[in-house]
Amino acid sequence: MSKKMPPTPMLDQLESGPWPSFVTGLKRLAEGDGSKAHSGIMKSLLGQLEHSYQTRKGYWKGGTVGVFGYGAGVIPRFSEVADQYPESSEFHTLRIMPAPGFFYDTTTLRQMCDIWEEHGSGLIALHGQSGDIMFQGCHTDQVQAAWDKINEMGFDMGGAGAGVRTSASCVGPARCEQACFDTLEAHRTIINDFTDDIHRPSLPYKLKFKFSGCANDCANATQRADVAILGTWKDDMRVDQTEVQAKVRQLGRKEFINQVIRMCPTQALGLNDDDTLDVDNKSCVRCMHCINVCTKALKPGKERGICILVGGKRTLKIGDLMGTVVVPFMKLETEEDYAALLELAHNMLDFFADNALEHERTGEMIERIGLVNYLEALGLPLDVNMINQPRTNSYIRTDGWEEEARKWAERKTNAAE
Amino acid sequence: MSELRRPIESGVPDSKQFMHPALVRNYGKWAFHDRPRPGVLRHVAESGEAVFTVKAGTQRQLDVFTIRKLCDIADAFCDGHLRFTVRSSAEFMTTDESKVEPLIKRLETEGFPVGGTGNSVGFISHTQGWLHCDIPGTDASGVVKALMDELVHEFKSEEMPNRVKITTSCCQINCGGQGDIAINVQHTKPPVINHALVAGVCERPAVIARCPVAAIRPALVDGKPSLEVDEKKCVCCGACYPPCPPMQINDPIHSKIAIWVGGKHSSTRTKPMFHKLVAAGLPNNAPRWPEVAEVVKNILTVYKNDARAWERMGEWIERIGWPRFFELTELPFTKYHVDNWRGGRANLNASAHLHF
Repeated sequence: MSKKMPPTPMLDQLESGPWPSFVTGLKRLAEGDGSKAHSGIMKSLLGQLEHSYQTRKGYWKGGTVGVFGYGAGVIPRFSEVADQYPESSEFHTLRIMPAPGFFYDTTTLRQMCDIWEEHGSGLIALHGQSGDIMFQGCHTDQVQAAWDKINEMGFDMGGAGAGVRTSASCVGPARCEQACFDTLEAHRTIINDFTDDIHRPSLPYKLKFKFSGCANDCANATQRADVAILGTWKDDMRVDQTEVQAKVRQLGRKEFINQVIRMCPTQALGLNDDDTLDVDNKSCVRCMHCINVCTKALKPGKERGICILVGGKRTLKIGDLMGTVVVPFMKLETEEDYAALLELAHNMLDFFADNALEHERTGEMIERIGLVNYLEALGLPLDVNMINQPRTNSYIRTDGWEEEARKWAERKTNAAE
Repeated sequence: MSELRRPIESGVPDSKQFMHPALVRNYGKWAFHDRPRPGVLRHVAESGEAVFTVKAGTQRQLDVFTIRKLCDIADAFCDGHLRFTVRSSAEFMTTDESKVEPLIKRLETEGFPVGGTGNSVGFISHTQGWLHCDIPGTDASGVVKALMDELVHEFKSEEMPNRVKITTSCCQINCGGQGDIAINVQHTKPPVINHALVAGVCERPAVIARCPVAAIRPALVDGKPSLEVDEKKCVCCGACYPPCPPMQINDPIHSKIAIWVGGKHSSTRTKPMFHKLVAAGLPNNAPRWPEVAEVVKNILTVYKNDARAWERMGEWIERIGWPRFFELTELPFTKYHVDNWRGGRANLNASAHLHF
């Protein structure tokens, strides 16, 4: 016979209102029909969560829980108030990597639900900030059994701690005409080449890859990934002038000028007298704005590929950093292209492993050693696209100038050939 | 005892096995998209085939009954396929236009608001909080639920100048990331140290190294090795707490909530921007955080009324200037808004450009 529901006067106040309530969900699991373990676990959890709301404090601590063969992927949670809420005293999370783009069929989701109802709390977050399926709330003695079943379904564990982390990508070519590369394929190719570094973390700190198909960065890669891979193109933007004229008619000329022409960050656009678009492609920075507004009339060019920004991270320890350009353009179509990206990604990881201080992210390491040292170590060619502007401070030794100028001339000659 | 099972180190699975067949058919061959109404996207392939996507908000922390309900809907309308967005909305796809309205009705009836497309307020990105995190200053799920109740109209319509991405974070590590509006815990007092536990629990050199302002040093307290904090130097960031739980940073009264605005990841129009502090000292007032909701709604209203079409929050403020932002929102401007972190001089006005 299951126990009584704990009183939850504060949480109850989160059951009203139009947005779906997680509290109602927790209560459904707590009520259950008594035949599943989750009803006891969730009664206890609701008690602890209400206690947090009353006292405005969290009561979970970490520990060491894992599955056989892996060194990461289970987030252990032990309750500090287990004497009051014993049935949720162990409430571990299994991080499981979804398919890129978060695609599911219902058979798969239902199977996951059944497994988690049998072995866990019945609570699943879709998805965590890193991009994992979070199977939340598992007793230590159920972790291996739950994992075995999820793994047999064809899913693998995600990252945690000082290793390569689970990745995220935008919907990409599966449902977006703006995707400049196959984000889903790139995600899968890179991540599945780093499974050892995901499952057995041994880096100075975490390393994240994320994939967005264009400058809109729907995967929020630029600041949230150590290595952000963003789609772009090299040739001219594609323009269907008849559709431009239709868009001008739809918005009205003044609004078209306000919403499209004036919003171009580099003033690369003009409206011709016949309501066609004048594009200065040399000034265009591939920002996507006009393409977002005129989805029928405008498209990225055909010579598509990726740019790579490195070093994004949040505040700890030196302050927020955005990723900055280390590769302005590379193709990502053939097997050779993918092999080149994989080689670069491995070089980035190796250099990070060898040179970062403990608990230092890639961006902080680059801040400490300077971008040029990073580029030279990785053999990445210098490019003017890597800077906002040249240095403004004269305190730099320039006695290698002639040699560097010669290298630049040589690169230019090689590129022209 | 039976032999332990070795993991199948399969990595991430191939998405195509889960995708709606129309997406597989037209993979990489899309021509354009538009939005017939808020909450609905129409993608047209080069072949002429159209796919309708209906987007619905969820509570992210999903019980299996809710997931099965989403599955029932996907089985009834979408041949058993669905996907999720990075902001935990569920997307239902069908090639049959006649199914769109019934699908919307079904989702709304089952309690899932349809919206989040175009220039709307999307679902608030979400951390773990008291439900599961080991270091949280507040509860993410509760803050998000309380706010989305108030913002549901803005989720379901497309009336904003541009999309608004709101994030929450339960500590200053800020797992929620950059946002047009970020709602983050901001501690205001140094950690309270349980000296009896430090030596046994904490790797002291690692904790000292973690402090961004070198305010922690080793100390002997009551004859036991421990750590002490130079409280004049301490910026109350809480970075010492995860590696050393006896250095308790969370406090029911002194852990406050701060609001930051104008962050964006995208390179669309302007380059990516960090969010900037605009309000702090708000109480961590569970279960519905009304003071936070009031500030957020005020900022959203001012932005909605004043920004030009397609200006993200940060771009709008860059155009009108910060004096105008503080004037319009009537938020107090304090010494805490003036950046004194390394590189912070770049955030000062080194010009004769003045707003009056």
